[in-house]
Amino acid sequence: MNNWLYIAIFLFVAVLFPTALVVVGLLLGPKRPNPIKTDTYECGVQTWGETWVQFKIQYYLFALVFLVFDIEVAFLYPWAVAYKALPLFAVLEGVLFIVLLTAALIYAWRKGALEWS
Amino acid sequence: MTAMQIVFLITAVVTLFAAFRTVTTPNLIHAALWLILALAGVAVFYALLNANFFAVIQVVVYIGAIAILMVFAIMLTRREMRDRGKQTSGRWWWAAILGAVFFAGVTWMIEAVALPSQPTAAVPASSIADLGKALVNPNGYVIPFEVASVLLLAALIGAVFVAWTRHNS
Amino acid sequence: MGLLSHPITLVADWLRNLFLGWGLSQGLTTVLLYLIAAIVVASLANGWVIFLIWFERKIVGRMQDRIGPNRVGPYGLLQPFADLIKIITKEIIFPDKADKPLYVIAPLLMDAAIIAIWAVIPLVPMVGMDFNVAALYTIAVGAFATLGIILAGWSSNNKFALVSAFRTVAQMISYEVPTVLALLVPVLLAGTMSLQGIVEAQHVWYIVLAPLAFLIYFIASVAEVGRTPFDLLEAESEIVAGFHIEYSGMLFATFYVGDFLHAFTIGMLGAVLFLGGWRGPGAEAYPILGLIYLWIKAFVVYFVGVWVRGTLPRLRIDQMMNFCWKFLTPLALILLVEAAVVDRLLLGFTPWGRGLVHLAINVFIGALVIAYARAYDNRRKRERPLAAKPGQYPVARPPQPAAEAQSD
Repeated sequence: MNNWLYIAIFLFVAVLFPTALVVVGLLLGPKRPNPIKTDTYECGVQTWGETWVQFKIQYYLFALVFLVFDIEVAFLYPWAVAYKALPLFAVLEGVLFIVLLTAALIYAWRKGALEWS
Repeated sequence: MTAMQIVFLITAVVTLFAAFRTVTTPNLIHAALWLILALAGVAVFYALLNANFFAVIQVVVYIGAIAILMVFAIMLTRREMRDRGKQTSGRWWWAAILGAVFFAGVTWMIEAVALPSQPTAAVPASSIADLGKALVNPNGYVIPFEVASVLLLAALIGAVFVAWTRHNS
Repeated sequence: MGLLSHPITLVADWLRNLFLGWGLSQGLTTVLLYLIAAIVVASLANGWVIFLIWFERKIVGRMQDRIGPNRVGPYGLLQPFADLIKIITKEIIFPDKADKPLYVIAPLLMDAAIIAIWAVIPLVPMVGMDFNVAALYTIAVGAFATLGIILAGWSSNNKFALVSAFRTVAQMISYEVPTVLALLVPVLLAGTMSLQGIVEAQHVWYIVLAPLAFLIYFIASVAEVGRTPFDLLEAESEIVAGFHIEYSGMLFATFYVGDFLHAFTIGMLGAVLFLGGWRGPGAEAYPILGLIYLWIKAFVVYFVGVWVRGTLPRLRIDQMMNFCWKFLTPLALILLVEAAVVDRLLLGFTPWGRGLVHLAINVFIGALVIAYARAYDNRRKRERPLAAKPGQYPVARPPQPAAEAQSD
């Protein structure tokens, strides 16, 4: 539990540092907004239409492949920690797991899901 | 009240409030962000239970991957999805009743089981190594472990098939 | 002697007794001690950034045949302070229709996430946490940095910022895959996720056992920070300044500081995971030496990052994605299998014997990969003869308007 206490305190300090600086900046800096200054920046051109741009499906696909890898890795970490105490057979089971993961990668690759066009 | 209980209560309140805002806020991005806060609250619960590995995995998988996937999915939608209308359907009270019944049922179950108030065994020092051993132990969880891999492979193939094949043609 | 060999323990004990003497409870004393430790470490990290900003500007300046900062103080050393004073008195602009709370939270979240990594870095031997999921913790905290970027891009209500944020996030999550896979190699070799444990297990530095994994970790980390050659998030010609385009004053400075701190933190993690952390002659007897060793190692890794930044041009987004998914990730998977299988077969070897066998296999894999990449490149050039050849203009030159030139 002590570890988490330290981390909690550290997180608090980590948030405190930038927050303090920004607060000082807010206090010291001038506050003179005007319509031109606060206008959305677009290289001097009047901004047009909505900010909400529809994104390409690629972003979603990459996030999906990433998610699969992330979950697989969640399984692999305990295996890696236990590795030293495992018999060869159990090590190979982990390798099989990695091979299946590679198969997923190869499938996505061959299907062209990893192309950024 | 011990310090732990205070932390637990605060986390519980924040998590529940975030979950509530997730379903009530009209802005989809805000909903996703409230959801992330709720998920972070769950990670804190794991940490309070000394389940270090699950606390970290909760953040890596749910906040690092699933929440970002959701944000991407939201950004894929068109403007119509940014709903400014009423946030409740006409039969919201049905859901409320069902929710209340479910909550009562779970509460009753927990009460009925009479869980021990103290841990029955000491928490092992290196539970992650034990988990790792159990995952690849032929008498343990080796089949679920490998099946999980196959399942994820299938999930990826399905996702690529559905999202990508249609896009290309 | 006592102060030299255990300065941190001594100070901690002295403070503990002091607080207990004031009549504080055990629990509160622990909290106070942790608070002091956290503030010291976080100040160390943040204060160091001031030097890094000067150093990087100077070095990159020299690499690009410029002088770099040289006006304020000797060698321009006081430049970061002048910048700090200037930027702290600048107005923080809130753009129209910006989502104000999120707009403010975004840089704070990103900066805090990067500082938070320092909680688990073993700065000195013996002292510090033995946190049994520290390696994954560094990844988990990174998720919040990613989140900060999404928030910044979205809350600014600016198309450039949003496009940049999404590019950045796609890049960050893609490169997280080789990062976590490469990170698995030291975890597997040490048999623990505790960073302190990984350092203690490195009788032979893991850069000997797993040089390729170190390279992958380093490259993928540089990409996650979003530095050249992976700085697509701030491709000026395409999306102006990137996700922080609308930010000004201290809010912008927070992103800026976060970037430098992140780069050095990457060096720190690289040093801890692969370069033996605080290990070095006499480090166990004098822990402060360990801190100095770690700092030097981290600085070397960081310097290589700056060097790369000053040397390479920016990649295109498809090149960057291909490099991650079709090169680094498969290679990381191969290396993981190599580490797992080979290390099992070398069970009875001495540390150095084990290290040399791993090194030989790594060199072999590396040579294969380079040979394959060469062959691929040659094939590509044959298929697309218009692509650049060495010493030749990449596209066919348009016919020169000779007649007009003469009439001039």
